[in-house]
Amino acid sequence: MNLALAPETLARWQFGITTVYHFLFVPLTISLAAITAALETAWVRTGKTKYLHATKFWGKLFLINIALGVVTGIVQEFQFGMNWSDYSRFVGDIFGAPLAFEALIAFFLESTFIGLWIFGWDKLPKKVHCACIWLVSLGTVLSSYFILAANAWMQHPVGYTLDKGTGRPQLTDFWAVLTQQTVLVNAWHTLSASFLTGGAFVVGISCYHLWKTKRAHDQGEESGPAGRERTVVMRTSLRLGLTLAAVAGLATAVSGDSLGQVMFEQQPMKMAAAEALWDTQAPAPFSAFAVGNLDERRNDLAVEIPGLLSFLAHHNFNDAVPGINDVARQEADRFGGDPADYVPNIFMTFWGFRLMITFGMASRGAGMAGLWLTRKKRWLATRLRTADDEVPRLALTRHRELGPLLNKWFWRVGILTMAFPLISNSFGWIFTEMGRQPWVVNGLMKTADAVSPGVGTASEVTSLTVFTLLYAALAFVEIRLMVRYAKAGPGTNVTPNQEDSPAQPETTDRPLPLTY
Amino acid sequence: MQLHLHDVWFVLIAALWTGYFFLEGFDFGIGILTRVVARDDEERGVLLATIGPVWDGNEVWLLTAVGATFAAFPDWYATMCSGFYLPMLAVVVCLIVRGVALEYRAKRDDAAWKRSCDRCIFFTSLICAPLWGFMFANMVRGVPIGPDRNFTGTLLDLVNPYSLLGGAVTLLLFTLHGALYAALKTSGELRRRSRETARRASGFTVVFVLAFLMWTQRNTGGTSTLILLAVVAAALVLAAELNDAGRDGWAFALSGLAVAAVTATLFLALFPAVMPSSLSPGLDLTVANASASAHTLRILTWVAAAMLPIVIGYQSWTYRVFRKRVVLRRASAPVQQRETC
Repeated sequence: MNLALAPETLARWQFGITTVYHFLFVPLTISLAAITAALETAWVRTGKTKYLHATKFWGKLFLINIALGVVTGIVQEFQFGMNWSDYSRFVGDIFGAPLAFEALIAFFLESTFIGLWIFGWDKLPKKVHCACIWLVSLGTVLSSYFILAANAWMQHPVGYTLDKGTGRPQLTDFWAVLTQQTVLVNAWHTLSASFLTGGAFVVGISCYHLWKTKRAHDQGEESGPAGRERTVVMRTSLRLGLTLAAVAGLATAVSGDSLGQVMFEQQPMKMAAAEALWDTQAPAPFSAFAVGNLDERRNDLAVEIPGLLSFLAHHNFNDAVPGINDVARQEADRFGGDPADYVPNIFMTFWGFRLMITFGMASRGAGMAGLWLTRKKRWLATRLRTADDEVPRLALTRHRELGPLLNKWFWRVGILTMAFPLISNSFGWIFTEMGRQPWVVNGLMKTADAVSPGVGTASEVTSLTVFTLLYAALAFVEIRLMVRYAKAGPGTNVTPNQEDSPAQPETTDRPLPLTY
Repeated sequence: MQLHLHDVWFVLIAALWTGYFFLEGFDFGIGILTRVVARDDEERGVLLATIGPVWDGNEVWLLTAVGATFAAFPDWYATMCSGFYLPMLAVVVCLIVRGVALEYRAKRDDAAWKRSCDRCIFFTSLICAPLWGFMFANMVRGVPIGPDRNFTGTLLDLVNPYSLLGGAVTLLLFTLHGALYAALKTSGELRRRSRETARRASGFTVVFVLAFLMWTQRNTGGTSTLILLAVVAAALVLAAELNDAGRDGWAFALSGLAVAAVTATLFLALFPAVMPSSLSPGLDLTVANASASAHTLRILTWVAAAMLPIVIGYQSWTYRVFRKRVVLRRASAPVQQRETC
């Protein structure tokens, strides 16, 4: 058999491609829903038009993004059954429930209220309309929680007994599945990373517009009232995005540290692989850079910081951290087979882990730097100065006024930052899934035993090809649309057409607005 | 007789599929009608606006039905998705393309963009609608399922007169359902043409649906399916009559009843199996041997009992908020004239 085309390999590639692609949209959807909701709330509460313009602008980008998030999610739900039928049979008693609840509790909420939000601007009272986007936001968060609970169960199965007849896990404690430490820490980490992603996204686009404004102003162009209004919207957005990036970035780092400790305890192999730590050491060093030698199972070259890994694992500098060789031997003793069968792809886990942290922290750093650099009120130009009431009242920014500092490099870095969390998220996902191999359910089921035995290579190749091509086409369409709308900036002729009472009394027969 | 939770979940999953076919049935119908009823870009826009606020929520009925099948009957889910691999792939791809086209159609103002989106919406609806009937007919008819509960056949095992007829049934039924929905939600010339289309489609639909149901009746029928057959026949004939009489709301409700009754017939024909094996009755997947444990089913039942009424409540509210007919305002007519001059 040609190993490269084994159904397991194809199914894994398909899962990897469809999941990483889906996960490009998920964090943005989660954070942009909340950002849009927060901005609309600001508008409802203050009545300032800049918040309405910001709501409409970020809401539009949110909608473009969520469309792909939703449709690529459909694939996820079907592919467990299509490509991993033996897995589905094995874990169905436990794994299916969070998926069903995700649809029943979260998807319905999201998709129903997003329809109301898009088409309900002049049909619903202001506050009801605003409540709709909050419900969408709640839906996105709940959805991620359920799916993370399902995933955490695969990383660390709890709340089950093995059925003697079938050998399959049977649910005994669903509450444990929903609230075990792994999912709590994982959800915290994923949600904070999502807000870091959204913050960086908002920062990037705001930077683009402010850079354009600054350049136009430097060249002596008049921006006009519409341009000024746009600048106000973007300035508010920039501050919001920078704050989000800084705060959520900190939360991501803290939760990442907790998650690391949980994993050292539950999945020592994953963490040993992430560190390319071949042998158990006490104290264990953190390797900043390593060139591994897979044949001899050691590193040819490693730049190490002594004791740091012990600190990451146990919060002290001395305790032993188990190495790859020792854990692999233990697993082979316990489950049979060769120790080498239990070692995940060291290259991907080692670098995936590092790229995740590097890009995540780089975007947080950019957020912090941006907050510092924009702490004065006059960083654009005197004529475009922020009025007192325009700066969000943030502890970091209040009452500071320094001279203008920002050159085009600031704005360029800001725009570039937009991509950092997306890269970080993808590598984080790849790391956590590949680091678990060869297990699909840690300690219970191997990935090789999980694939659909009845599905032929031809079908698998077909679907892999179709999804890859389709996703490439969708990426092309989506990016072009995003760039187009992001560049166009917020419209400033939007008039609030809502009243506090229902805009449409029962007697009038105004037709539905034509949105499509 | 003792009430088993897996029987309850069989009924609940049947209810979820019924909700799905009722709701997305007319969405598919509208998609197909964009090439039948609508004459230009703006009329297509009006047709699509009738489902704009609701189609996404309608589709979640499918995701819930599939998710619930996974949770309550893991073996059913696994055998169905892997057994119908290529039709499932086609459905998933269609739903992706269709969803993106619906969301992105209004996002650009050029005619070529709208045309491509319209084309995507039309073809994906046209492909998806019959695929559901095709797969459900196969499920009822039985497919080769081996002792390891996996589908052992090939795509060719799925292509047979009964399943092709099943495909034609959902295609026609959804088109009729969509035409009656369009008649209910539009006005003027579009409404007139929708009613005309519904009138023409209803004759074919009655013939195909009854032929399919009688075939099902002959294979696995009982008294209850016979009653449902009568209900479907009466509902379709009455829907056609009421459509002629201009009673849009009632006509649409009756076509919905027909969709629901056809779905119920299929599930009744299945019970107590969920996927009969064509190799040997002993290999059938049944509600008893394909279900999750009683503990899982109990948790699912509590959550579903709490959530479903809420979901039905807020979805109904959405339909109430958007209950007005969509009226075509020729805002761009002068522009078009200028271009042609």
